[in-house]
Amino acid sequence: TSSSGILAMGDWMTVTDPVILSESKNLSQYTSETKMSPSSLYSHQVLCSSIPLSKNVHSFFSAFCTEENIEQSISYLDQELTTFGFPSLYEESEGKEEKRELNIVAVLNCMNELLVLQRKNLLAQENVETQNLKLGSDMDHLQSCYAKLKEQLETSRREMIGLQERDRQLQCKNRNLHQLLKNEKDEVQKLQNIIASRATQYNHDMKRKEREYNKLKERLHQLVMNKKDKKIAMDILNYVGRADGKRGSWRTGKTEARNEDEMYKILLNDYEYRQKQILMENAELKKVLQQMKKEMISLLSPQKQKPRERADDSTGAQGISDVEDDAGELNRESIWDLSCETVREQLTNSIRKQWRILKSHVEKLDNQVSKVHLEGFHDEDVISRQDHEQETEKLELEIQQCKEMIKTQQQLLQQQLATACDDDTTSLLRDCYLLEEKERLKEEWSLFKEQKKNFERERRSFTEAAIRLGLERKAFEEERASWLKQQFLNMTTFDHQNSENVKLFSAFSGSSDRDNLTVHSRPRQKKPHSVSNGSQVCTSKLTKSLPASPSTSDFCQTRSCVSEHSLSNVLNITPEETKPHQVGRECLNQTWSLASRPGSQEGGCSGCSLACTNSHVDKDDLP
Amino acid sequence: MNFSEVFKLSGLLSKFSPDGKYLASCVQYRLVVRDVNTLQILQLYTCLDQIQHIEWSADSLFILCAMYKRGLVQVWSLEQPDWHCKIDEGSAGLVASCWSPDGRHILNTTEFHLRITVWSLCTKSVSYIKYPKACQQGITFTRDGRYMALAERRDCRDYISIFVCSDWQLLRHFETDTQDLVGIEWAPNGCVLAVWDTCLEYKILLYSLDGRLLSTYSAYEWSLGVKSVTWSPSSQFLAIGSYDGKVRILNHVTWKMITEFGHPATVSNPKIVVYKEAEKSPKLGLGALPFPPPRAAARPFSTTETKYEIASLPVSLQTLKPVTDRANPRIGIGMLAFSPDNYFLATRNGDFHVLSLCWHLSGDSLALLSKDHFCLCFLETEEGAGTA
Repeated sequence: TSSSGILAMGDWMTVTDPVILSESKNLSQYTSETKMSPSSLYSHQVLCSSIPLSKNVHSFFSAFCTEENIEQSISYLDQELTTFGFPSLYEESEGKEEKRELNIVAVLNCMNELLVLQRKNLLAQENVETQNLKLGSDMDHLQSCYAKLKEQLETSRREMIGLQERDRQLQCKNRNLHQLLKNEKDEVQKLQNIIASRATQYNHDMKRKEREYNKLKERLHQLVMNKKDKKIAMDILNYVGRADGKRGSWRTGKTEARNEDEMYKILLNDYEYRQKQILMENAELKKVLQQMKKEMISLLSPQKQKPRERADDSTGAQGISDVEDDAGELNRESIWDLSCETVREQLTNSIRKQWRILKSHVEKLDNQVSKVHLEGFHDEDVISRQDHEQETEKLELEIQQCKEMIKTQQQLLQQQLATACDDDTTSLLRDCYLLEEKERLKEEWSLFKEQKKNFERERRSFTEAAIRLGLERKAFEEERASWLKQQFLNMTTFDHQNSENVKLFSAFSGSSDRDNLTVHSRPRQKKPHSVSNGSQVCTSKLTKSLPASPSTSDFCQTRSCVSEHSLSNVLNITPEETKPHQVGRECLNQTWSLASRPGSQEGGCSGCSLACTNSHVDKDDLP
Repeated sequence: MNFSEVFKLSGLLSKFSPDGKYLASCVQYRLVVRDVNTLQILQLYTCLDQIQHIEWSADSLFILCAMYKRGLVQVWSLEQPDWHCKIDEGSAGLVASCWSPDGRHILNTTEFHLRITVWSLCTKSVSYIKYPKACQQGITFTRDGRYMALAERRDCRDYISIFVCSDWQLLRHFETDTQDLVGIEWAPNGCVLAVWDTCLEYKILLYSLDGRLLSTYSAYEWSLGVKSVTWSPSSQFLAIGSYDGKVRILNHVTWKMITEFGHPATVSNPKIVVYKEAEKSPKLGLGALPFPPPRAAARPFSTTETKYEIASLPVSLQTLKPVTDRANPRIGIGMLAFSPDNYFLATRNGDFHVLSLCWHLSGDSLALLSKDHFCLCFLETEEGAGTA
């Protein structure tokens, strides 16, 4: 049994004990009956071998150890176990005795150990078997996959080959067709060349024949002309007048020129006419384009203001700027209205721009409409037609109501004004509206009247003054005249002056003032210079505006001494409110012994002189 | 529609006078002048030979009768029936004869287009113009009758001469850039001359009155080119009909094409109104198109009653494929006519047997004549009519 002592795991069955072997036939019968795969057979064998079958338990186990060979079996078992590492079954004995006592505890322990081992092994075996199964199934699966893939590969390879074949055939066909096409083209070209060459040949032949023909014609013509056929003639009863009634004219160079002119005139007329037509057409088209542009701009500009142009703000801004540009351009174009290049280009460019904007806008609208159709009426900016109509109806109703209200109010107001009150109250009412104005008017009227009075007064005073002045002037004149006369007379005589002067004076003048005058006309000698100096100032003043003859001025100056008197008198006079240059007048206005004085200076002088003469009495009083 | 009695006519020579008062017709060698309102014969003239061509003078006072075989032209006066005039070209021969716009000169084209002789009825003078071109439309007068343009050919090159009609003075003479000029036409305003080339080359040139080249237009190369050309009455448009079945309109400002009209075989534009002639008699319910081919010529024209009904779109027009391997094939736009108010353009494409297109002066109606059919089209001008 030592040869069979070495046991492998799976070699339980191969224990070559004849007894065991005979008994193992049963097992092999079991195993050989079922036709299984070697692996499963093997596992079955193992299974069978690991689980002792109830039938053959006793026989199997009894085969190993019988009554007779207990010792041998124990020793054998002990040997086996010790080789496996189990403790010995025998009790420990001191000496080497033949008979050892069986250690029951050890035997039981060993048995337990063996059982545990057996269980572990069974478990392990199970695991291995399941793994085996799994692996087997995996393997099957993989094999089937592999087979499938192999098939697929095959089919695709075949397909590819087929396609390649087709491709090749098509390319072949293509090449053939190309070739055919080329052939056809070549043939066409050839035929064209043939035609061309034939045409040239025919032309050449034709020309040759034509030349021959021309030669014949020439010959014939010569013959015909030479024959001088009497028959070639016109036999006419009488010549007919020209269609236009005019006489025929000789063909001259002038007529040639005239014909040329007429021809060119006709051509020019035609060209002008055509150009006019084209210009008209152009103008029409330009008008249409302008109109279109205007309308497009007007269409686009309100749209661009809408806030819902969210996505295209840039283009919107562009649009607005375009609108402004185009508005400016419009003005420019309408101003110029020429057909020069730049204006034309401007117009067409601006039209194109506007059209593009309009197109994009329409597209946008289309999109929006389609969106609306898709989304339904959820978009708050979109108002349904019905809503819109309702709104308009509401607004119209409101308008109607408001109008009615206004009407009724107007009526009421009129009633109020017209019928609600009686006469007094109406008049009062009427007046009360205007009371303020009336008061104001009254004030202004009173003011006006006052002013008027003032003006009247002033005017009266002025007129009086003017009258007085006139009278004084007249008196003065008379005085002057008388004085002059007196002087003149004094030049000649000394005696009869007073009375004469007085007479003269009274003869000249007739005013009341002169009655007061006591004319003392005593001639005076020339005064010394100092006096004259002093008085010259006055006289020069007074004589400034003297229109009188130089003689009078001389007289004035000569009588400067006399005038001094009057000067003092004049200067002593309290002036009226009148101006200083009217000194003479002031003089005159005095009630005492001064001659009448006209407004002008001449009178002043003479007056002065007269005064001088008059005041000869006071000469001593002169400063 | 009322019809008068049938009068005899030979050679399709029947013309109204320009003032619309008289109708001249030829029977063999007799010229009959009738009053338009009463159709009574007013004058009867006898010529020396069978008349091939008659033409009224512009003032309706004279009629010329050309007898090409004899080389004779006889002129008759309406005012004075006794007056006569005979022009004998003799051995020079005669191929064409026409009046000048003032009605006092006759232009005779001698045989082989050797020269054009200008005979004057007022004076004894005779003028000769050498080398006129033998082409479809080699002479054209301006509408006001001042100028005449004549196509000439010298040394295998085309020239144009412009003459002043009052004294036949040569105003301008210039070469044209054409291969083989086929036609010339003045614009109604008398300032532009359209010159077009042979159908082998699509080329149309526009010259000013003083001989300057204004513009050239060529739509395509190699295929057959211009077939017919016409000016609009206002001189604003030039319509060019070509062999490819398209009409191209040039404008007078830039001389560039502004539009082109095709003539497709199937009409499917919903804006177009197609009138289909249907016979009222239930026996033969075949609908024929407004330009019926002479298929129905078997029956006398006055007994068939037809009506026009509006066909529903798309309508495919009957087109006869003409033989294209002959010269001058019957394809393309053969006839063009603007309405007098510049509103419409009538075109004939392909092989339709319309021999003449004639607009009424008001521009409301169009008269179409085929060999033995006559059709009057009235156009609505409110909504604009389509092709009829």
